[in-house]
Amino acid sequence: MPHTFTISQLTDKLTQGELTSREATQSCLDRIAAVDGQLNAFLSHDPADALAQADAADAARAAGESKPLLGVPIAMKDVIAVNGHPLNCASKILGEFNSPYDATVTQKLRDAGAVIFGRVNMDEFAMGSSTENSAFGPSRNPWDTDCIPGGSSGGSAVAVAADECIASLGTDTGGSIRQPAALCGCVGLKPTYGRVSRYGLVAFASSLDQVGPITKDVRDAATLLGVIAGEDKRDSTNVPEPVPDYTAALTGDIKGLKIGLPKEYQVDGLDPEVKTATETAVAELEKQGAEVVEISLPHTEYAIATYYIIATAEASANLARFEGVRYGARVDGASPEAMNRATRGGGFGEEVKLRVILGTYVLSSGYYDAYYLRAQKVRTLIRQDFLNAFEKVDLIASPTTPTPAFKIGEKANDPLQMYLSDIFTISCNLAGLCGISVPCGFSKSGLPLGLQLLGKPFGEPDLLRAAHAYEQATDWHTKRPILN
Amino acid sequence: MEYEAVIGLETHVQLRTRTKMWCGCANEYGADANTNVCPVCLGLPGVLPVPNAEALRKTALTGMLLNCDVPGFSKWDRKNYFYPDNPKNYQLTQLDFPSTIEGFVEFEFGEGTERVRINRAHLEEDVGKSTHFADYSGVDFNRAGVPLLEIVTEPDLSGAEMAYEYLNALKAILEYGGVSDCDMEKGQVRCDVNISVRPIGQTELGEKIEIKNMNSFSGVRRAAAFEIERQIGVLREGGTLVQETRRWDDAIGITESMRTKEDAHDYRYFPDPDLMPHTPSEEWLAEIRGSVMELPLARKRRLMADYQLPASDAEVFVGDAALGDYFEAAAKGAKNPKAVANWVMNNLQAKLAETGGSVAEVKFEPSAIGELVGLIEGGQINSKIAQDVFVEMFESGKSPMAIVEEKGLSQVSDSSELEAFCKDAIEANPGPAEDFRNGKETALNFLKGQVMKASRGKANPQMVGGLLKKILGS
Amino acid sequence: MPTMRKDLQHAVKLARIELTPEEEARLGPQLGDILKYVDKLNELDVEGVEPTAHAVPLTNVLREDEPRESLSHEAAMRNAPKTSNGLFIVPKIVE
Repeated sequence: MPHTFTISQLTDKLTQGELTSREATQSCLDRIAAVDGQLNAFLSHDPADALAQADAADAARAAGESKPLLGVPIAMKDVIAVNGHPLNCASKILGEFNSPYDATVTQKLRDAGAVIFGRVNMDEFAMGSSTENSAFGPSRNPWDTDCIPGGSSGGSAVAVAADECIASLGTDTGGSIRQPAALCGCVGLKPTYGRVSRYGLVAFASSLDQVGPITKDVRDAATLLGVIAGEDKRDSTNVPEPVPDYTAALTGDIKGLKIGLPKEYQVDGLDPEVKTATETAVAELEKQGAEVVEISLPHTEYAIATYYIIATAEASANLARFEGVRYGARVDGASPEAMNRATRGGGFGEEVKLRVILGTYVLSSGYYDAYYLRAQKVRTLIRQDFLNAFEKVDLIASPTTPTPAFKIGEKANDPLQMYLSDIFTISCNLAGLCGISVPCGFSKSGLPLGLQLLGKPFGEPDLLRAAHAYEQATDWHTKRPILN
Repeated sequence: MEYEAVIGLETHVQLRTRTKMWCGCANEYGADANTNVCPVCLGLPGVLPVPNAEALRKTALTGMLLNCDVPGFSKWDRKNYFYPDNPKNYQLTQLDFPSTIEGFVEFEFGEGTERVRINRAHLEEDVGKSTHFADYSGVDFNRAGVPLLEIVTEPDLSGAEMAYEYLNALKAILEYGGVSDCDMEKGQVRCDVNISVRPIGQTELGEKIEIKNMNSFSGVRRAAAFEIERQIGVLREGGTLVQETRRWDDAIGITESMRTKEDAHDYRYFPDPDLMPHTPSEEWLAEIRGSVMELPLARKRRLMADYQLPASDAEVFVGDAALGDYFEAAAKGAKNPKAVANWVMNNLQAKLAETGGSVAEVKFEPSAIGELVGLIEGGQINSKIAQDVFVEMFESGKSPMAIVEEKGLSQVSDSSELEAFCKDAIEANPGPAEDFRNGKETALNFLKGQVMKASRGKANPQMVGGLLKKILGS
Repeated sequence: MPTMRKDLQHAVKLARIELTPEEEARLGPQLGDILKYVDKLNELDVEGVEPTAHAVPLTNVLREDEPRESLSHEAAMRNAPKTSNGLFIVPKIVE
């Protein structure tokens, strides 16, 4: 069953000649045909194109080429540009948009030999925590199809958890990789801001967005990060820091690593099962020689408010380009303004409208200082909290989410409640840190739970080392949902 | 009651760079519509800007030429407004930390020199170009993302004529600096004018009215003149003025209201998260400072002082910088720089106009003109011969000395040789000789002409006159 | 039906988003709740705190003035809702 393989398992088989990329790709295509009807992870995929890439990879391998992802099918969140493919951001507003260019991460995947494979579902423009905000219907959690898979990279997590692909790319603005990875039982890594190029990632909140991997285990996350990270002259916010061999960090040795537990993360609404699972996981890390200490992040309770001001303000400008002039599903009007209004009114979903209006509001004349500028200052305080904490510890551990996956529709009419569930993931983006979620158990009802580890800027090696050491001691990541 | 006008100008200038501000598309006028475009300047989903180093360099240079400070920190902001020619529907600009601030422009106006303070010169991006048809409009994004410098004055101008002269001076500076080609026809310079009027003696400013849509400096002059008169007229008739934006209709020659303060835009400026701040280093600034060139007014003053040129000559050389450079090279060490200036302005320019060539293509070295003048001044050739020598220089590139020697054109100043010429002329023309003796001075010129003719122009004319008089008088 | 607050309506207008009356009725209170929630930030004293605009402290990220290939005209226009004579066509602009 090649579609169930990890990147490293598949690569071994391919290298040993036991399997071709065409077979692996076909296996994924078959799996999609079998299960995606109930999951709705894929918005579109082009089997002929995928198989052609697989054949090219097989030919390259036969010619003696060796690349880190040669012949490995990777699914792309529908917010990352792939030349010649649709790019919808799970929105109606882009209409029949077909990208005339590649994102830098897409180019890097191509250079590494990957089979770039399918467009996966998400909350429209990455705005949401459940993938219910997709204009093309929600994705469903493979562990319980009545439940949300998390979001916004819900399709990326579902496709990996349900073995519809080998690995995927998601994006994370306030937890959008880590949260769905946790709720679907995958590994999700949000790299440090500036680590991975954002060129070709359709911006939600430019100062917070990062592309990252969702994978079946930590090693795959390390491999995939190694491919997509690195300098890009097309992205001014990209940090020209050398890319280490992340897989070399997976030594299994975490003796002396200092892990902080923020006392402010004992929040109301933290599910007891989640709490227990996290404590058990931290105890495991301690057992392996990590030193666990309590830390304080005093401005934690202001993170969500800060985030929703900054992210929506940036989004209000980022999404202004979707107005029907140069691309997208235009709704006609008598004047450019009428056309813009009708196009945006008809093309954006309600959550996107809400956030764009909110972001416009907090920047508008008379409100800028009270909302936006204040939020930028609180962001400084939040960032400072983490920098202080990281003087004492190497990593910070917490649950990824306060609860397991909830039922589809449960929070659909209360955006604020939905926002509050981002409490553990959101500060990481505000402070520009890296973070990872690894499976750490199941709820009684059989839903996956995630352990989040946060690292210093460019501290991915430590993050991956600890996550990998934990994973080696547990078998949560090997569990797979049973689908009819 | 008498009124006075207070005027401030905002001038947008396209910078001369090879590529656009944020992407590698050509910064080029006149290409087919939507051919110099890429995902970045079309504002496609997912793209990011990366600033053009040369645009920042030219901005800093402009700042220096305008006597501005180049602060140690500048940043980028988004100015949000929807318009079909605005690809991202926000324009990247510099709100509170511009690249250059607080300078001034000096220019001659009336009898004296005026100084207009510059508030800032900040960098932003141009938008696309709209064309209007009967029932729709079309947009070409070739211009979108071209680096655009906005130069904002303090309200230091007091009239339409002064605004016009300021703009000419600014244009000359920008052209001198190689910052912009300033081609009005290509829309490389565009200008908005803020005008208010107040009773003379009143310190507070009147209601500020912005005028848009002038597409030439003379348009600015006419629009400002109209608007000042209109505003004073309104006040004289007991009316009131409100803060508003008005459009200049060049064909009719009037301004008309576009929008009032109530409909003013709410641009929702905020720092651009995609672009990092610029903190110019000392080395970077020093390198640019090293390329600061002399400005037109300073050059004019120096040409007048160093070469004793009249203002009109200096203006010719300031107006055509290449010709001015040529003159300075030619006049180096010349005893009579004015004579050199005449040769450059008259003969050289005439020849260049005739052949359609440029100063750079002239075959002989600038020093050859100094040499030619030296030959005349030293009496080796006369000015008539010099004209012929110059033509030969222009054609062959040979030095004047070489031409004179080669063709035996040296002036005859040997008095015994000249005396022979004079005696022959008197003998051959007894009538005019007699006339002169009878007091008809002009008859001497005829005889002189005969001598020159006989000597094939080589005779020293001053000496000939003296000798003729001497012979005829004895 | 409750209408949206005036200040929010202004933001809707600036954002150029047409809302149905039903959407206005739903979004109005939701926005009100969120704005009430974010007022939380007023509890903090931020006097003298520098604002953070970027998550990383980079400066002077520049590109040399070197041409790169543009898109072909066809690729540039292929997603356009309406074109004519090589231009992107929009409803008539009247200033």
